[in-house]
Amino acid sequence: MRLLLLAVGVQLLGGVGAGISRRSRQWSTTLGVGGAVLGALLGLVATAGVLLGAPPQALWLRWDVPFAAFAVEVDALSAFFLLPVLGLSALTAVYGGEYLLADEERRSPGASWFFFNLLIASIVLVLVARNAVLFLVAWEVMALASFFLVTADDEDAAVREAGWTYLVATHLGTACLLVMFVVLGRGADPLDFDRFSGASNAGLVFLLAVVGFGTKAGFVPFHVWLPEAHPAAPSHVSAVMSGVMIKTGIYGLVRVLTMLGPPAPWWGWTLCGIGMVSGVGGVLFALAQHDLKRLLAYHSVENIGIIALGLGLGVLGRSIGAPALAVLGFGGALLHVVNHAIFKGLLFLGAGAVAQATGTRDLDHLGGLLGRMPGTGLAFLVGAIAISGLPPLNGFVSELLIYLGAYHALVARSATTTLPALGVIGALALIGGLAAACFTKAFGVVFLGTARSSHATHASEPGPAMRWPMYGLAAACVLIGLLAPLVVRSLAPVLVVVTQLPSDVVRADVASATAVFARVTIAAIGLLAIAAALAAVRRTLLTSRDVREAGTWDCGYAAPTARMQYTASSFAQPLTRLFDGVLHTERRLVAPHGFFPREAALVTETLDVARERLYAPVFGGIGRVLGSLRWLQHGRVHLYVLYVAATLLVLLLWKLG
Amino acid sequence: MAIASVVHVLLALVCAPLMPGIVIRTKALVAGRIGPPLLQPYFDVLKLLRKSAVYSRTTSGVFRAGPVVGLAALLIATLLVPFGGSAAVLAFPADVVLFAYLLGLARFVTVLAALDTGSSFEGMGASREVTFSALAEPALLLGLAAIACHTSSLSLSPMYAGLGPAAWTQAAAAFAPLAGALLVVFLAENARMPVDDPTTHLELTMIHEVMVLDHSGPDLAFIEYGSALQLWLLGALVVGLVVPVRTGSVWIDGAAAMAGMVALAIVTGLIESSMARLRLLRVPQLLIGASVLSTVALVLMLR
Repeated sequence: MRLLLLAVGVQLLGGVGAGISRRSRQWSTTLGVGGAVLGALLGLVATAGVLLGAPPQALWLRWDVPFAAFAVEVDALSAFFLLPVLGLSALTAVYGGEYLLADEERRSPGASWFFFNLLIASIVLVLVARNAVLFLVAWEVMALASFFLVTADDEDAAVREAGWTYLVATHLGTACLLVMFVVLGRGADPLDFDRFSGASNAGLVFLLAVVGFGTKAGFVPFHVWLPEAHPAAPSHVSAVMSGVMIKTGIYGLVRVLTMLGPPAPWWGWTLCGIGMVSGVGGVLFALAQHDLKRLLAYHSVENIGIIALGLGLGVLGRSIGAPALAVLGFGGALLHVVNHAIFKGLLFLGAGAVAQATGTRDLDHLGGLLGRMPGTGLAFLVGAIAISGLPPLNGFVSELLIYLGAYHALVARSATTTLPALGVIGALALIGGLAAACFTKAFGVVFLGTARSSHATHASEPGPAMRWPMYGLAAACVLIGLLAPLVVRSLAPVLVVVTQLPSDVVRADVASATAVFARVTIAAIGLLAIAAALAAVRRTLLTSRDVREAGTWDCGYAAPTARMQYTASSFAQPLTRLFDGVLHTERRLVAPHGFFPREAALVTETLDVARERLYAPVFGGIGRVLGSLRWLQHGRVHLYVLYVAATLLVLLLWKLG
Repeated sequence: MAIASVVHVLLALVCAPLMPGIVIRTKALVAGRIGPPLLQPYFDVLKLLRKSAVYSRTTSGVFRAGPVVGLAALLIATLLVPFGGSAAVLAFPADVVLFAYLLGLARFVTVLAALDTGSSFEGMGASREVTFSALAEPALLLGLAAIACHTSSLSLSPMYAGLGPAAWTQAAAAFAPLAGALLVVFLAENARMPVDDPTTHLELTMIHEVMVLDHSGPDLAFIEYGSALQLWLLGALVVGLVVPVRTGSVWIDGAAAMAGMVALAIVTGLIESSMARLRLLRVPQLLIGASVLSTVALVLMLR
């Protein structure tokens, strides 16, 4: 425990040092990156033991704030979430060092590193806090640190708008959490987690947790801040926010579920419903985007949806007393948390490298980058296959666990689980197909074909400090995919905490899942072997033959140009048109006229439907109502003093009467 | 059992190109022509393997990896599909999902190889391919979930082993829509009428064929063989359902399934001869209809 606190201290110290030494760009980068990496390594050493099955470590110190105590503990669940946080923070810090220095015109990276390290430290504290006040303080620091990171480029109005949306959303979520802890901790002082009884009002607490934590995680319809804030932030920050920060919402939800006793079936239905809407909605909106980072942000909503599907099945398993279902559902959800951290971190880092090399994130201006940025391109390809859930990479492993859970639920033929299981299978299948469509689009349009604009023709590969973190994450995608049985087996300790089942029951169910993944690994290794063999066959066949290079077959058209390639918008058009009832894409068409048309243009924009149709009217209405009270606020100080005096008088009368 | 499983894999590997041969021959006969020999797909693959290759200057390693990874994925998928009621070589709970996702991987790399050429025709085909397959995926997985539900097993092999005549007499009302759904998936995923026209690659009508326009030589051989294999695999799933011969004898069941495959190829040829390709805007309705049929079957199984 002390080692982990030391790690947090090192991170904070590095951040403060970076913030102080603002004059020297080199120094603040060194201190910021050094603090983050060293802290992460210390933290990994501290949590590794717990993850491998050592008993939890705890620390309790007095804290003279009402209801507060400095209660921290690393159990298997905390350690499981700490692992991706620490790993990804170290890699993204290394990346960010080069990323922030590359742009000479940017202001000093000192402030950015201060907030980055503060963000990581606060995430760690959120994951280990065992007192509601400590948790909320860390939660708030996390929100504010990420707000300042999002608004790093605050001269851009869109970035300010994104930061503002994020700030409002995160505080509405926190408000729900505040109420939740008050309900949950009735009669407890200090509000330590182990003093919560939880049984009364469990349904209310669950709903508050879903809204409060779901806002951070990005459940639809609480996701509106996510596609705004993630593209606005620098890419290594987007990677951390999307990869691990939003997972604190999942952590919080899982942690609260462990405090509430046996769940009701409707909790599972709710989570499955949220998962379907978030998963399908997220990937549909991702398909309609032209901005690479915005597309990735919507995919975070999709993946949070997949995690929610797993959680929903797990909760159903607990509520009907089906241990196999609980283990598979929660196991799939938790593993997907780690997997998503890896491949989404990788994809955001790749997107950042592309954006920096080309100066644009607009998919329709890119193309053919694989030749100029082969390392980045291959790493991005690995991430794209992984996030589409295809074998033999890691995304497939966690999705298969959730599928297994759903098939179990279906075959069990219990009235409680059948319909959700049906929905989960249908939703996962649709999400899988649509995600493959979206990432063939993203990778194909950015990296394949030929450059669509001058942005892409002058791109070059980033330096080693930006490339190696991507390679590391890509290697993790492959390793988790190929070592699936080992990975699934290592889920047992955390599943014991989450499912609250006896250890031997969990281990038996995990063992049967491990047996499945042993076969999957055979298939995966066979796949790679056969592919290698086929490549060798082709090479032998072609060695003595006259292999030629020519232009792409153009069907006889004499002057094809790069602009004629299928663009991201045209690639996704059949699907976006099909789902226009959900997407409400705006099209502005300037049609060509006459025999020699001079101008023609088509602009499509897909705004977030929840933002436009739900929040904009509600907040607009609130604004109008409150605007009518604006006469109270006129800037005359003497009248303000009068308000204060009047209020005090009223309070006095109330107290006396 | 183990020997029968291995023999069935070999049968798939050897006989797969026969399926498109039968389809083409059927179409020719219906049209009053003699048509190419039944073994023409074999001759095509062998000819292509003997040829050299031409690669577009636009393309990268992704283009060359496409056919190789695609065929490898289909070969592994072959190990998962049971034939004639006997078990597959690899069978484990939820192997259905691995099967569907291996097909997905093959499609993913084919689409990327198409985009790698930078040709708008191939981009167009790729775009349509991902659209239709995204819609076909739920139909396939929900349909197989319905069989899982009826036989109370999670793996393809016991699922199909349990589909005897008794299953049909018990729940014919559920199996009929299911067979329809799987047939639509079979036609759609294999780029057959009424979803796609496998005989042309004109830009207004085609999906799958245009994606592979730029491949040549051994690469095209891998692709042609792979699509024959995919026809066989999805066909085996349909035939396993509609030919419920489960006598216990490997020979009789295997022969019945083989006869079923030939019949399926003839039916496909007849469908192709008698139907025009649907308008592209109508295809999603067909595929969503298949998902609905699968769901109906699943609900009926749950009674």
